[in-house]
Amino acid sequence: MSETRTLPTTRDEAWRYADGAALAAASPEALTGWHRLDVAPGETARHIGDADAGDIDRLRVHVGAGGRYEHFALLCEGHYTRREIEVTLDEGAHFEFGGVVLGDGEATREFVTRVVHAQPDATSNQLVRAVSRDRATANFLGRVEVARDAQKTDAGQNFRAILLNEGASANAKPELEIFADDVKCAHGAAIGAMDEAAAFYMAARGLPPEVARALLIRAFIADAFGAIDDEEARDAMIGRALAAFEAGHD
Amino acid sequence: MLEIANLHATVADKPILKGLSLTINAGEVHAIMGPNGAGKSTLGYTLGGRPGYEVTEGSATFEGQDLLELEPHERAAAGLFLGFQYPVEIPGVSFVQFLREAVNSQRKGRGEEPLSGGEFLRLAKDKAGLLKMDMDMLKRPVNVGFSGGEKKRAEMVQMGILDPRLAILDETDSGLDIDALRVVGEGINAIMRKPDKAVLLITHYQRLLDVVQPDFVHVLAGGRIVKSGGPELARQLEDEGYEAVVA
Repeated sequence: MSETRTLPTTRDEAWRYADGAALAAASPEALTGWHRLDVAPGETARHIGDADAGDIDRLRVHVGAGGRYEHFALLCEGHYTRREIEVTLDEGAHFEFGGVVLGDGEATREFVTRVVHAQPDATSNQLVRAVSRDRATANFLGRVEVARDAQKTDAGQNFRAILLNEGASANAKPELEIFADDVKCAHGAAIGAMDEAAAFYMAARGLPPEVARALLIRAFIADAFGAIDDEEARDAMIGRALAAFEAGHD
Repeated sequence: MLEIANLHATVADKPILKGLSLTINAGEVHAIMGPNGAGKSTLGYTLGGRPGYEVTEGSATFEGQDLLELEPHERAAAGLFLGFQYPVEIPGVSFVQFLREAVNSQRKGRGEEPLSGGEFLRLAKDKAGLLKMDMDMLKRPVNVGFSGGEKKRAEMVQMGILDPRLAILDETDSGLDIDALRVVGEGINAIMRKPDKAVLLITHYQRLLDVVQPDFVHVLAGGRIVKSGGPELARQLEDEGYEAVVA
Protein backbone atom coordinates (compact mmCIF):
# COMPACT_ATOMS: atom_id res chain seq x y z
CA MET A 1 0.00 0.00 0.00
CA SER A 2 1.48 3.29 -0.98
CA GLU A 3 1.63 6.00 1.64
CA THR A 4 0.14 9.33 0.76
CA ARG A 5 1.52 12.10 2.84
CA THR A 6 -0.88 14.85 3.80
CA LEU A 7 0.76 18.13 4.61
CA PRO A 8 -0.62 20.15 7.50
CA THR A 9 -2.56 23.36 6.99
CA THR A 10 -4.14 25.77 9.43
CA ARG A 11 -7.29 23.63 9.24
CA ASP A 12 -5.45 21.05 11.34
CA GLU A 13 -5.99 21.54 15.07
CA ALA A 14 -2.29 21.38 15.93
CA TRP A 15 -1.50 23.99 13.26
CA ARG A 16 -4.51 26.26 13.62
CA TYR A 17 -2.60 29.34 14.80
CA ALA A 18 0.35 28.80 12.47
CA ASP A 19 1.27 31.20 9.66
CA GLY A 20 -0.56 29.75 6.64
CA ALA A 21 1.74 31.34 4.07
CA ALA A 22 4.80 29.98 5.88
CA LEU A 23 3.29 26.48 5.89
CA ALA A 24 2.57 26.67 2.18
CA ALA A 25 6.17 27.72 1.53
CA ALA A 26 7.80 25.18 3.87
CA SER A 27 9.36 21.96 2.62
CA PRO A 28 7.34 18.77 3.19
CA GLU A 29 10.26 17.39 5.22
CA ALA A 30 10.10 20.30 7.64
CA LEU A 31 6.38 19.88 8.12
CA THR A 32 6.28 16.14 8.59
CA GLY A 33 9.75 15.11 9.69
CA TRP A 34 10.88 14.55 13.26
CA HIS A 35 14.18 14.71 15.06
CA ARG A 36 14.35 11.84 17.48
CA LEU A 37 15.82 11.43 20.92
CA ASP A 38 15.83 8.42 23.19
CA VAL A 39 16.50 8.88 26.88
CA ALA A 40 17.53 5.53 28.35
CA PRO A 41 15.83 4.33 31.54
CA GLY A 42 17.14 6.18 34.57
CA GLU A 43 19.10 8.68 32.48
CA THR A 44 18.69 12.43 32.18
CA ALA A 45 18.92 14.49 29.01
CA ARG A 46 18.73 18.23 28.86
CA HIS A 47 18.37 20.85 26.15
CA ILE A 48 18.93 24.49 26.96
CA GLY A 49 19.00 26.96 24.11
CA ASP A 50 17.38 29.06 21.45
CA ALA A 51 15.40 27.73 18.58
CA ASP A 52 16.91 28.36 15.17
CA ALA A 53 15.45 31.41 13.52
CA GLY A 54 12.54 31.10 11.22
CA ASP A 55 12.20 27.38 11.18
CA ILE A 56 9.88 24.57 11.99
CA ASP A 57 11.55 22.19 14.34
CA ARG A 58 9.89 18.98 15.49
CA LEU A 59 11.37 16.78 18.15
CA ARG A 60 10.08 13.39 19.23
CA VAL A 61 11.43 12.13 22.55
CA HIS A 62 11.02 8.83 24.30
CA VAL A 63 11.94 8.75 27.98
CA GLY A 64 12.57 5.32 29.48
CA ALA A 65 11.43 4.26 32.94
CA GLY A 66 12.70 6.57 35.66
CA GLY A 67 14.40 8.81 33.11
CA ARG A 68 14.17 12.54 32.80
CA TYR A 69 14.08 14.95 29.87
CA GLU A 70 14.37 18.70 30.33
CA HIS A 71 13.87 21.21 27.55
CA PHE A 72 14.27 24.97 27.87
CA ALA A 73 13.94 27.20 24.87
CA LEU A 74 13.51 30.76 23.73
CA LEU A 75 11.65 31.73 20.55
CA CYS A 76 12.50 35.26 19.53
CA GLU A 77 13.47 35.25 15.87
CA GLY A 78 12.03 34.52 12.47
CA HIS A 79 8.79 35.33 10.75
CA TYR A 80 7.27 31.94 11.53
CA THR A 81 8.99 29.84 14.15
CA ARG A 82 7.55 26.64 15.53
CA ARG A 83 9.12 24.38 18.10
CA GLU A 84 7.14 21.19 18.44
CA ILE A 85 7.99 18.60 21.06
CA GLU A 86 6.35 15.25 21.49
CA VAL A 87 7.38 13.30 24.57
CA THR A 88 6.38 9.78 25.56
CA LEU A 89 6.97 8.94 29.21
CA ASP A 90 7.47 5.42 30.51
CA GLU A 91 6.94 4.44 34.12
CA GLY A 92 8.14 7.06 36.62
CA ALA A 93 9.73 9.25 33.94
CA HIS A 94 9.66 13.05 34.04
CA PHE A 95 9.44 15.79 31.43
CA GLU A 96 10.28 19.37 32.38
CA PHE A 97 9.58 22.12 29.87
CA GLY A 98 10.21 25.85 30.10
CA GLY A 99 9.58 28.09 27.12
CA VAL A 100 9.62 31.81 26.43
CA VAL A 101 8.05 33.27 23.31
CA LEU A 102 8.80 36.85 22.35
CA GLY A 103 6.77 38.16 19.45
CA ASP A 104 7.39 41.36 17.52
CA GLY A 105 6.62 42.80 14.09
CA GLU A 106 4.31 40.52 12.13
CA ALA A 107 5.85 37.30 13.45
CA THR A 108 4.05 34.16 14.54
CA ARG A 109 6.03 32.08 17.03
CA GLU A 110 4.75 29.03 18.82
CA PHE A 111 5.47 26.13 21.09
CA VAL A 112 3.47 22.99 20.47
CA THR A 113 3.81 20.11 22.89
CA ARG A 114 2.26 16.69 23.16
CA VAL A 115 3.11 14.78 26.31
CA VAL A 116 2.04 11.16 26.42
CA HIS A 117 1.94 9.60 29.86
CA ALA A 118 2.07 6.03 28.59
CA GLN A 119 2.78 4.28 31.89
CA PRO A 120 2.10 4.81 35.62
CA ASP A 121 3.84 7.29 37.94
CA ALA A 122 5.24 9.60 35.28
CA THR A 123 5.26 13.34 35.87
CA SER A 124 5.47 16.37 33.62
CA ASN A 125 5.66 20.10 34.18
CA GLN A 126 5.37 22.77 31.50
CA LEU A 127 5.71 26.52 31.97
CA VAL A 128 5.46 28.90 29.03
CA ARG A 129 5.63 32.68 29.16
CA ALA A 130 4.95 34.91 26.17
CA VAL A 131 5.33 38.61 25.51
CA SER A 132 3.78 39.85 22.30
CA ARG A 133 4.00 43.32 20.78
CA ASP A 134 3.31 45.11 17.48
CA ARG A 135 1.13 42.76 15.42
CA ALA A 136 2.86 39.57 16.50
CA THR A 137 1.24 36.32 17.57
CA ALA A 138 2.64 34.11 20.34
CA ASN A 139 1.12 30.67 20.91
CA PHE A 140 1.28 27.68 23.17
CA LEU A 141 -0.58 24.56 22.18
CA GLY A 142 -0.12 21.96 24.85
CA ARG A 143 -1.66 18.52 24.74
CA VAL A 144 -1.41 16.00 27.57
CA GLU A 145 -2.50 12.42 27.06
CA VAL A 146 -2.80 9.94 29.90
CA ALA A 147 -3.09 6.30 28.89
CA ARG A 148 -5.57 3.92 30.55
CA ASP A 149 -3.07 2.29 32.87
CA ALA A 150 -0.98 5.41 33.53
CA GLN A 151 -2.21 5.75 37.11
CA LYS A 152 -0.62 8.30 39.48
CA THR A 153 0.23 10.57 36.57
CA ASP A 154 1.00 14.11 37.71
CA ALA A 155 0.95 16.61 34.84
CA GLY A 156 1.09 20.38 35.13
CA GLN A 157 0.87 23.00 32.42
CA ASN A 158 0.85 26.77 32.77
CA PHE A 159 0.81 29.51 30.15
CA ARG A 160 0.76 33.25 30.68
CA ALA A 161 1.06 35.94 28.06
CA ILE A 162 1.46 39.70 28.18
CA LEU A 163 0.24 41.77 25.24
CA LEU A 164 2.12 45.06 25.13
CA ASN A 165 -0.18 46.86 22.72
CA GLU A 166 -3.45 46.59 20.91
CA GLY A 167 -3.01 44.41 17.83
CA ALA A 168 -0.61 41.99 19.51
CA SER A 169 -2.04 38.57 20.18
CA ALA A 170 -1.50 35.29 21.95
CA ASN A 171 -3.30 31.98 21.75
CA ALA A 172 -3.46 29.24 24.36
CA LYS A 173 -4.77 25.81 23.54
CA PRO A 174 -4.51 23.43 26.47
CA GLU A 175 -5.84 19.93 25.79
CA LEU A 176 -6.16 17.05 28.20
CA GLU A 177 -7.06 13.55 27.17
CA ILE A 178 -7.25 11.32 30.21
CA PHE A 179 -8.12 7.63 30.27
CA ALA A 180 -6.82 6.74 33.74
CA ASP A 181 -8.84 7.57 36.85
CA ASP A 182 -6.18 8.26 39.49
CA VAL A 183 -4.28 11.21 38.04
CA LYS A 184 -3.46 14.85 38.76
CA CYS A 185 -3.58 17.13 35.76
CA ALA A 186 -3.47 20.89 36.25
CA HIS A 187 -3.50 23.55 33.61
CA GLY A 188 -3.79 27.29 33.63
CA ALA A 189 -3.70 29.98 30.98
CA ALA A 190 -3.92 33.75 31.29
CA ILE A 191 -3.46 36.45 28.69
CA GLY A 192 -3.45 40.09 29.67
CA ALA A 193 -1.87 43.50 29.48
CA MET A 194 1.10 44.73 31.49
CA ASP A 195 0.25 45.20 35.17
CA GLU A 196 -0.61 48.93 35.29
CA ALA A 197 -0.90 49.00 39.07
CA ALA A 198 2.60 47.59 39.46
CA ALA A 199 3.94 50.00 36.84
CA PHE A 200 2.53 53.03 38.67
CA TYR A 201 3.71 51.74 42.05
CA MET A 202 7.23 51.42 40.65
CA ALA A 203 7.04 54.86 39.03
CA ALA A 204 5.88 56.37 42.32
CA ARG A 205 9.10 55.04 43.89
CA GLY A 206 11.15 56.69 41.17
CA LEU A 207 11.66 54.00 38.55
CA PRO A 208 11.51 55.33 34.98
CA PRO A 209 9.00 53.39 32.84
CA GLU A 210 11.67 51.51 30.86
CA VAL A 211 13.44 50.35 34.03
CA ALA A 212 10.15 49.31 35.65
CA ARG A 213 9.13 47.43 32.54
CA ALA A 214 12.45 45.60 32.29
CA LEU A 215 12.13 44.47 35.93
CA LEU A 216 8.56 43.28 35.40
CA ILE A 217 9.36 41.49 32.13
CA ARG A 218 12.43 39.87 33.67
CA ALA A 219 10.37 38.54 36.59
CA PHE A 220 7.72 37.32 34.18
CA ILE A 221 9.96 35.38 31.84
CA ALA A 222 12.23 34.12 34.63
CA ASP A 223 9.32 31.88 35.72
CA ALA A 224 9.75 29.75 32.63
CA PHE A 225 13.44 29.16 33.26
CA GLY A 226 13.15 28.73 37.04
CA ALA A 227 13.56 24.96 36.76
CA ILE A 228 17.04 25.23 35.21
CA ASP A 229 19.23 23.93 38.04
CA ASP A 230 22.47 25.44 36.84
CA GLU A 231 22.36 29.05 37.97
CA GLU A 232 24.77 30.23 35.31
CA ALA A 233 22.79 28.60 32.50
CA ARG A 234 19.56 29.95 33.96
CA ASP A 235 20.85 33.51 34.16
CA ALA A 236 22.23 33.22 30.64
CA MET A 237 18.82 32.19 29.27
CA ILE A 238 17.04 34.98 31.14
CA GLY A 239 19.68 37.43 29.95
CA ARG A 240 19.30 36.33 26.33
CA ALA A 241 15.52 36.64 26.53
CA LEU A 242 15.79 40.12 28.06
CA ALA A 243 18.32 41.24 25.46
CA ALA A 244 16.03 39.96 22.70
CA PHE A 245 13.12 41.77 24.31
CA GLU A 246 15.03 45.04 24.48
CA ALA A 247 16.29 44.63 20.91
CA GLY A 248 12.74 44.05 19.67
CA HIS A 249 11.69 47.41 20.98
CA ASP A 250 12.86 50.54 19.25
CA MET B 1 6.97 73.37 49.79
CA LEU B 2 3.68 72.31 48.23
CA GLU B 3 1.09 74.75 47.03
CA ILE B 4 -2.15 73.41 45.63
CA ALA B 5 -4.51 75.98 44.18
CA ASN B 6 -8.08 75.40 43.00
CA LEU B 7 -7.30 71.82 41.94
CA HIS B 8 -9.98 70.04 39.91
CA ALA B 9 -9.51 66.42 38.91
CA THR B 10 -11.62 63.76 37.27
CA VAL B 11 -11.44 59.99 37.28
CA ALA B 12 -13.11 58.29 34.30
CA ASP B 13 -14.67 61.69 33.45
CA LYS B 14 -16.25 61.93 36.89
CA PRO B 15 -15.26 65.09 38.79
CA ILE B 16 -13.78 64.12 42.17
CA LEU B 17 -11.66 67.09 43.24
CA LYS B 18 -13.59 70.33 42.85
CA GLY B 19 -11.41 73.29 43.69
CA LEU B 20 -9.06 72.05 46.37
CA SER B 21 -6.51 74.48 47.76
CA LEU B 22 -3.83 73.67 50.31
CA THR B 23 -0.43 75.05 51.24
CA ILE B 24 2.14 72.95 53.07
CA ASN B 25 5.37 74.51 54.32
CA ALA B 26 8.61 72.78 55.24
CA GLY B 27 8.60 71.46 58.80
CA GLU B 28 4.83 70.96 58.89
CA VAL B 29 2.65 67.91 59.30
CA HIS B 30 -0.83 68.19 57.82
CA ALA B 31 -3.67 65.72 58.21
CA ILE B 32 -6.55 65.39 55.81
CA MET B 33 -9.62 63.69 57.16
CA GLY B 34 -12.99 63.19 55.60
CA PRO B 35 -15.81 60.81 54.88
CA ASN B 36 -15.48 57.95 52.39
CA GLY B 37 -15.69 59.11 48.80
CA ALA B 38 -14.64 62.68 49.64
CA GLY B 39 -11.65 62.46 47.30
CA LYS B 40 -8.84 61.76 49.79
CA SER B 41 -7.19 58.96 47.83
CA THR B 42 -7.80 60.82 44.56
CA LEU B 43 -5.80 63.74 45.96
CA GLY B 44 -2.86 61.42 46.66
CA TYR B 45 -3.01 59.71 43.28
CA THR B 46 -3.44 62.99 41.41
CA LEU B 47 -0.39 64.49 43.11
CA GLY B 48 1.52 61.27 42.40
CA GLY B 49 0.53 61.41 38.72
CA ARG B 50 -1.37 58.15 38.41
CA PRO B 51 -2.61 57.55 34.84
CA GLY B 52 -6.38 58.05 34.66
CA TYR B 53 -6.41 60.89 37.18
CA GLU B 54 -6.95 63.94 34.97
CA VAL B 55 -6.34 67.45 36.22
CA THR B 56 -8.89 69.71 34.54
CA GLU B 57 -8.16 72.97 36.36
CA GLY B 58 -5.88 74.50 38.96
CA SER B 59 -2.25 73.98 39.84
CA ALA B 60 0.13 72.15 42.14
CA THR B 61 3.58 73.59 42.72
CA PHE B 62 6.23 71.57 44.53
CA GLU B 63 9.44 73.31 45.56
CA GLY B 64 8.83 75.93 42.89
CA GLN B 65 8.29 73.36 40.11
CA ASP B 66 5.02 72.68 38.33
CA LEU B 67 4.34 69.24 39.79
CA LEU B 68 1.66 68.39 37.25
CA GLU B 69 4.13 68.74 34.37
CA LEU B 70 6.35 65.98 35.74
CA GLU B 71 6.10 62.25 35.04
CA PRO B 72 5.37 60.10 38.10
CA HIS B 73 9.00 58.92 38.43
CA GLU B 74 10.23 62.50 38.06
CA ARG B 75 7.95 63.57 40.92
CA ALA B 76 9.58 60.88 43.06
CA ALA B 77 13.06 62.04 42.08
CA ALA B 78 12.02 65.61 42.93
CA GLY B 79 11.37 64.42 46.50
CA LEU B 80 7.72 63.37 46.59
CA PHE B 81 6.83 60.07 48.25
CA LEU B 82 3.37 58.56 47.93
CA GLY B 83 2.55 55.93 50.54
CA PHE B 84 -0.10 53.58 49.17
CA GLN B 85 -3.27 52.55 50.97
CA TYR B 86 -2.96 49.21 49.19
CA PRO B 87 0.70 48.57 48.37
CA VAL B 88 1.04 46.56 45.17
CA GLU B 89 2.48 43.03 45.06
CA ILE B 90 5.18 42.45 42.45
CA PRO B 91 5.98 38.73 42.13
CA GLY B 92 9.50 37.87 41.05
CA VAL B 93 11.04 41.24 41.99
CA SER B 94 12.68 41.43 45.42
CA PHE B 95 12.42 44.52 47.64
CA VAL B 96 16.20 44.81 47.65
CA GLN B 97 16.40 44.76 43.87
CA PHE B 98 13.41 47.09 43.49
CA LEU B 99 14.57 49.62 46.05
CA ARG B 100 18.15 49.69 44.86
CA GLU B 101 16.89 50.47 41.35
CA ALA B 102 14.53 53.07 42.83
CA VAL B 103 17.21 54.81 44.91
CA ASN B 104 19.71 54.86 42.07
CA SER B 105 17.14 55.98 39.49
CA GLN B 106 16.24 58.88 41.79
CA ARG B 107 19.89 59.70 42.38
CA LYS B 108 20.55 59.61 38.66
CA GLY B 109 17.55 61.91 38.11
CA ARG B 110 19.17 64.37 40.53
CA GLY B 111 22.61 64.03 38.95
CA GLU B 112 24.08 62.10 41.92
CA GLU B 113 26.36 59.06 41.93
CA PRO B 114 24.65 55.68 42.40
CA LEU B 115 24.97 53.85 45.73
CA SER B 116 27.14 50.72 45.66
CA GLY B 117 25.62 47.39 46.69
CA GLY B 118 27.24 47.63 50.13
CA GLU B 119 26.15 51.23 50.72
CA PHE B 120 22.61 50.39 49.74
CA LEU B 121 22.42 47.33 52.00
CA ARG B 122 23.70 49.31 54.99
CA LEU B 123 21.07 51.97 54.35
CA ALA B 124 18.30 49.39 53.95
CA LYS B 125 19.33 47.58 57.12
CA ASP B 126 19.32 50.81 59.08
CA LYS B 127 15.81 51.80 57.92
CA ALA B 128 14.41 48.28 58.35
CA GLY B 129 15.72 48.37 61.93
CA LEU B 130 13.96 51.69 62.51
CA LEU B 131 10.66 50.05 61.57
CA LYS B 132 11.55 46.84 63.45
CA MET B 133 11.39 44.85 60.24
CA ASP B 134 13.59 41.80 59.70
CA MET B 135 16.05 42.40 56.87
CA ASP B 136 15.16 38.96 55.48
CA MET B 137 11.70 40.33 54.66
CA LEU B 138 13.35 42.67 52.15
CA LYS B 139 14.86 39.74 50.28
CA ARG B 140 11.35 38.56 49.44
CA PRO B 141 9.33 39.66 46.40
CA VAL B 142 7.78 43.10 46.79
CA ASN B 143 4.79 42.84 49.17
CA VAL B 144 4.05 39.25 48.11
CA GLY B 145 2.69 37.23 51.03
CA PHE B 146 2.94 40.23 53.37
CA SER B 147 0.09 40.88 55.81
CA GLY B 148 -1.67 44.24 55.61
CA GLY B 149 0.38 45.52 58.53
CA GLU B 150 3.66 44.26 57.09
CA LYS B 151 2.94 46.02 53.82
CA LYS B 152 2.43 49.33 55.63
CA ARG B 153 5.59 48.84 57.63
CA ALA B 154 7.44 48.06 54.39
CA GLU B 155 6.07 51.28 52.89
CA MET B 156 7.72 53.20 55.71
CA VAL B 157 11.00 51.31 55.26
CA GLN B 158 10.89 52.38 51.63
CA MET B 159 10.20 55.96 52.66
CA GLY B 160 13.21 55.83 54.98
CA ILE B 161 15.46 54.54 52.23
CA LEU B 162 14.21 57.00 49.61
CA ASP B 163 14.42 59.94 52.04
CA PRO B 164 11.81 62.22 50.38
CA ARG B 165 11.16 65.93 51.09
CA LEU B 166 7.38 65.50 51.16
CA ALA B 167 5.47 62.35 52.04
CA ILE B 168 1.81 61.91 51.19
CA LEU B 169 0.66 58.92 53.21
CA ASP B 170 -2.69 57.47 52.19
CA GLU B 171 -4.27 55.62 55.11
CA THR B 172 -0.95 54.28 56.26
CA ASP B 173 -2.68 53.50 59.57
CA SER B 174 -5.29 51.15 58.13
CA GLY B 175 -4.63 47.47 58.74
CA LEU B 176 -2.28 48.13 61.67
CA ASP B 177 -2.71 46.77 65.18
CA ILE B 178 -1.94 49.06 68.12
CA ASP B 179 1.70 48.06 68.46
CA ALA B 180 2.37 48.29 64.73
CA LEU B 181 0.63 51.68 64.65
CA ARG B 182 3.08 52.97 67.23
CA VAL B 183 6.09 51.59 65.35
CA VAL B 184 4.89 53.07 62.07
CA GLY B 185 3.96 56.41 63.66
CA GLU B 186 7.34 56.70 65.37
CA GLY B 187 8.99 55.72 62.09
CA ILE B 188 7.21 58.59 60.33
CA ASN B 189 8.39 60.97 63.07
CA ALA B 190 11.98 59.74 62.88
CA ILE B 191 12.15 59.93 59.09
CA MET B 192 10.04 62.99 58.31
CA ARG B 193 9.79 65.26 61.39
CA LYS B 194 12.57 67.55 60.23
CA PRO B 195 12.71 71.27 59.49
CA ASP B 196 13.25 70.68 55.75
CA LYS B 197 10.58 68.00 55.29
CA ALA B 198 6.82 67.85 55.37
CA VAL B 199 4.06 65.25 55.65
CA LEU B 200 0.49 65.03 54.44
CA LEU B 201 -1.36 62.30 56.30
CA ILE B 202 -4.58 61.04 54.79
CA THR B 203 -6.46 59.23 57.53
CA HIS B 204 -9.82 58.37 59.01
CA TYR B 205 -8.76 58.07 62.60
CA GLN B 206 -7.39 60.05 65.48
CA ARG B 207 -5.19 57.20 66.66
CA LEU B 208 -2.34 57.80 64.17
CA LEU B 209 -2.51 61.51 64.99
CA ASP B 210 -1.83 60.70 68.65
CA VAL B 211 1.61 59.46 67.57
CA VAL B 212 2.31 61.73 64.59
CA GLN B 213 0.95 65.00 65.88
CA PRO B 214 -0.25 67.23 63.07
CA ASP B 215 0.22 70.98 62.98
CA PHE B 216 -2.86 71.39 60.79
CA VAL B 217 -5.98 69.31 60.26
CA HIS B 218 -8.25 69.69 57.24
CA VAL B 219 -11.63 68.22 56.46
CA LEU B 220 -12.10 67.14 52.86
CA ALA B 221 -15.68 66.77 51.71
CA GLY B 222 -17.18 66.92 48.24
CA GLY B 223 -13.77 67.35 46.62
CA ARG B 224 -12.81 70.49 48.54
CA ILE B 225 -11.35 71.42 51.89
CA VAL B 226 -14.32 72.63 53.87
CA LYS B 227 -12.72 73.24 57.23
CA SER B 228 -9.20 73.66 58.56
CA GLY B 229 -7.86 73.91 62.07
CA GLY B 230 -5.27 72.70 64.54
CA PRO B 231 -4.96 69.26 66.19
CA GLU B 232 -8.10 69.96 68.22
CA LEU B 233 -10.18 69.68 65.01
CA ALA B 234 -9.26 65.99 64.67
CA ARG B 235 -10.45 65.32 68.22
CA GLN B 236 -13.65 67.24 67.60
CA LEU B 237 -14.27 65.13 64.45
CA GLU B 238 -13.63 61.94 66.41
CA ASP B 239 -16.15 63.03 69.07
CA GLU B 240 -18.86 64.58 66.94
CA GLY B 241 -18.52 63.05 63.46
CA TYR B 242 -18.00 64.73 60.09
CA GLU B 243 -21.56 65.78 59.52
CA ALA B 244 -21.87 67.72 62.75
CA VAL B 245 -18.50 69.45 62.36
CA VAL B 246 -18.87 70.33 58.69
CA ALA B 247 -22.49 71.47 58.90
